Amino acid sequence: MEFFRNPNIDFLGKKWYFLAFSLVFSVAGVFSMLFWHHIPYGVDFRGGTLVYVKFSHPPDDNALRASMDRVGLRNAKIQRYGPPSNNEVLIDLDVQETNEQALDRGKTQIINTLETNAPAGKQDLNNSSSLAIKNYLMEKDPLHLGSDAEQRYTQQAQAVVDTRDKVQGGVLGSFDQLNGHVDPAVVASLKDGFFLSDFGVRNVEIVGPQVGAQLRKQAVLATVYSLAGMLIYLGFRFEWIYGVAAVVTVFHDTLITVGFFSLTKTDISLTVIAAILTLIGYSNNDTIVVFDRIRENIKLMRREKLSEIVNRSINQTLSRTILTAGLTFLTVLALFLFGGEVLHGFSLALVIGILIGTYSSIAIAAPILVAYQDWRIEKSKTSGRNARSGQVVAR
Amino acid sequence: MNKNLLWKLALIVGILLVFLFGIFGIPQRFSGQGLLSAMTNRIHLGLDLRGGTHLILQVQVNDAVNIDSDNAMETLKEQLNKRKIAFADISKPDPQNSPDKVVLKGVSPDGRKDLLDIVSERLPEYNLSSGADNTWVLTMKPQMLSDMKNKAVTQAIETIRNRIDSLGVSEPTIQEHGLGQYQILVQLPGVDDPGRVKDIMQSTAMLEIKQVLGGPYPSEQAALQEKGGVLPADAILMPGHAAPGTPGGEQSWYLVSRISAVRGKDLRDAQPSTDQNGQPNVRFQLTGEGGQRFYSFTSAHVGESLGVVLDGKVQEVANIKEAIRDTGEISGGSMSQQQAKDLSMILRSGALPAGIKYLEERTVGPSLGSDSIRHGVNAAIIGMLAVLIFMLVYYRGAGINADIALILNLIILLGFMGFFEAVLTLPGIAGVILTVGMGVDSNVLIFERIREELRNGKTPPSAVDQGFSHAWITIVDTHVTTIVSAAILFIFGTGPVRGFATTLTFGLLANLFTAVFVSRLIFDWILTRKQRGEALSI
Repeated sequence: MEFFRNPNIDFLGKKWYFLAFSLVFSVAGVFSMLFWHHIPYGVDFRGGTLVYVKFSHPPDDNALRASMDRVGLRNAKIQRYGPPSNNEVLIDLDVQETNEQALDRGKTQIINTLETNAPAGKQDLNNSSSLAIKNYLMEKDPLHLGSDAEQRYTQQAQAVVDTRDKVQGGVLGSFDQLNGHVDPAVVASLKDGFFLSDFGVRNVEIVGPQVGAQLRKQAVLATVYSLAGMLIYLGFRFEWIYGVAAVVTVFHDTLITVGFFSLTKTDISLTVIAAILTLIGYSNNDTIVVFDRIRENIKLMRREKLSEIVNRSINQTLSRTILTAGLTFLTVLALFLFGGEVLHGFSLALVIGILIGTYSSIAIAAPILVAYQDWRIEKSKTSGRNARSGQVVAR
Repeated sequence: MNKNLLWKLALIVGILLVFLFGIFGIPQRFSGQGLLSAMTNRIHLGLDLRGGTHLILQVQVNDAVNIDSDNAMETLKEQLNKRKIAFADISKPDPQNSPDKVVLKGVSPDGRKDLLDIVSERLPEYNLSSGADNTWVLTMKPQMLSDMKNKAVTQAIETIRNRIDSLGVSEPTIQEHGLGQYQILVQLPGVDDPGRVKDIMQSTAMLEIKQVLGGPYPSEQAALQEKGGVLPADAILMPGHAAPGTPGGEQSWYLVSRISAVRGKDLRDAQPSTDQNGQPNVRFQLTGEGGQRFYSFTSAHVGESLGVVLDGKVQEVANIKEAIRDTGEISGGSMSQQQAKDLSMILRSGALPAGIKYLEERTVGPSLGSDSIRHGVNAAIIGMLAVLIFMLVYYRGAGINADIALILNLIILLGFMGFFEAVLTLPGIAGVILTVGMGVDSNVLIFERIREELRNGKTPPSAVDQGFSHAWITIVDTHVTTIVSAAILFIFGTGPVRGFATTLTFGLLANLFTAVFVSRLIFDWILTRKQRGEALSI
């Protein structure tokens, strides 16, 4: 099978269309970053408290919001998380309510608010650690084990927690669900000391303002170092203009990807930054493949104009470019569709980035080389000197 | 098959075996379950996959500096009084931001030489500089200051490790968090309710025994009033538990000496116990040296009171009936058995040299972790199958070649992770998937080049040769640049992101070997079996 057999497309002839396309997207992104949604920092970068709560029934968002308001958490954002059948809600407090003096205060407040009509003197089994359950069992000793109880009750407590978290997905609906996993005498005893609330906390992220600022700085530094690393390597392997072209291209990709996140108001988390750095590597891959071909063809086709050589090189590598992009896109798409909610931002960045990265190695990187070449010839003409060989020579 | 090929094949099989060992070790059983458990024994799952708590805390290093400069201030004052040098005031102007700075005002000009002597003899870690109006400023030497701060962090790590170990948390990570200043990273797998662990870690457990000079007073104002508005210079007010039956409030105040007779480091052992009423308490024993100091202190103050102070709070006040050598107890209010157990453990583990503050807390419940594994593995299998099938359809015979190389790539990647005890995180699984996508790039590059050479009329053997040698340069360039990005990610990232950088780097390294060496071998083997001029399936 073969998709492309000797393609011959005049890519450089379409450079103004490419430029217009890239400009529209970059400018839209930059505008959104500056004036509209700004850069939608995730909790890692802005600081704050995220509590992921799973309910045993479909939650009522308005009632939740009202009860958060009642305890003074007025800025709490409440949104559904994952597919509706999960009954999961994400409660988001901003950094003002995340104080480093008492980092987990917001979390405790949220849990206390949700813990409505708790019977006096009973603990909530859906939000108890195995340690708390073990301590309770040790005290009550429902199996009459006496001295060597510790190990046995640790096991039983673990079985309770495992049933809750792994079999029932985080929330127990009734004590009967423990039957078959836990000793009946233990279940009976748990009924005396515990009650079942209608929710369980699945995940908590609390980032103080100091760490947020620190991570923001590091994300920028990592991106800058990454770009600088490419510039140096390519300058060393090719010629400096190749490095510059590659870095401009990759910067273009980063800008459009971040712009997309801003336009769609999708949170940029640490893993999104990881994805963007991967894209820098990936987009650069594509660019290098084309550059390598240009370098090879310059040696073979000494008489041709550079624009002709560049066009030929892009066409020769087109089949590979499209295939690799397609295959990588396939894997990333699998990640986006099946990878679950936690990886959503990460795989979204990759999906966007691979499309842009592939486009840019053809539409941005190669034209920059030709434009530089033309500019140099123009300059040497106007300055009255003879244009020398007139070609970008690769080592 | 010729000898050269045989050697290469043997090498590949050898490498395959080594990396299979890396993944599984030597499994007990060869069933699916047995292999899975052998694998998870060697490749550790990150917190985001197995559930647990991730904390970043900061050591308030200025606390440690303050303790030292407090002592320096006391020493200086004592020595000045001893040598009868008059001065107007000595104080620390800004303990919060420059904890090492002590300002001495109004020193009589003829005391200058004595002052210099005192500092060079008794306070060699400090610099003394003079200012206007007979004011002198004492600051810690910069080298000492940074040493002291770094030492506070190392000591805090040590103490926290002791405490967490005695709580029985398995495989905890406690290390300096290089990204911030004086920060410590603590990871506790399997702990999804960090409340108690956090309290135990945070307790400074600074134990001191001080002389009680007055009290209990119901409030600070009351204490000041009794002393006529000014406190004696060598005394401070400290809160404590109210004596039973005191009306109004649970807190009372004591006037205690500034200098401690005994400090936390003089402690040898602490055990939970009960007092004569059956109330839980903690008994402690002092070291030889500490006991000696305690003995001379108690012999000198028979009939007076001493107080046991924990973290700046008076826990216990007792009358000194006779000289005591080396034991004491803390009960302080109504302590539960669990609290007595925790407190004695904390005391045994040693005091934190400075307070700590939590900066970041992330908890992943086990239910979320197992969901993540399921999603990640599903996505990996689907993505991988899509690529494998596509390669077979598009390149036919050579597709098998690419698929073998890809599978080998995965085995080597996982083997690497087993050998280096790398941690597999959810982004790490994504890294594995991405390795498949990007790894196949090398094969595509080579195959497309071979097709091109064939189209240009080369014979299969020379097309294969040309294809590999031309593609090789490109492959090296692309891999190096991607590994540069991954390395930078590894340096700057933490936790899950690091896991991603690790798998991506290992994956790409493995890919250099499989896509070039292994794939080439398969081509060469196919070519040796073909008749001259027979077409290549690509």
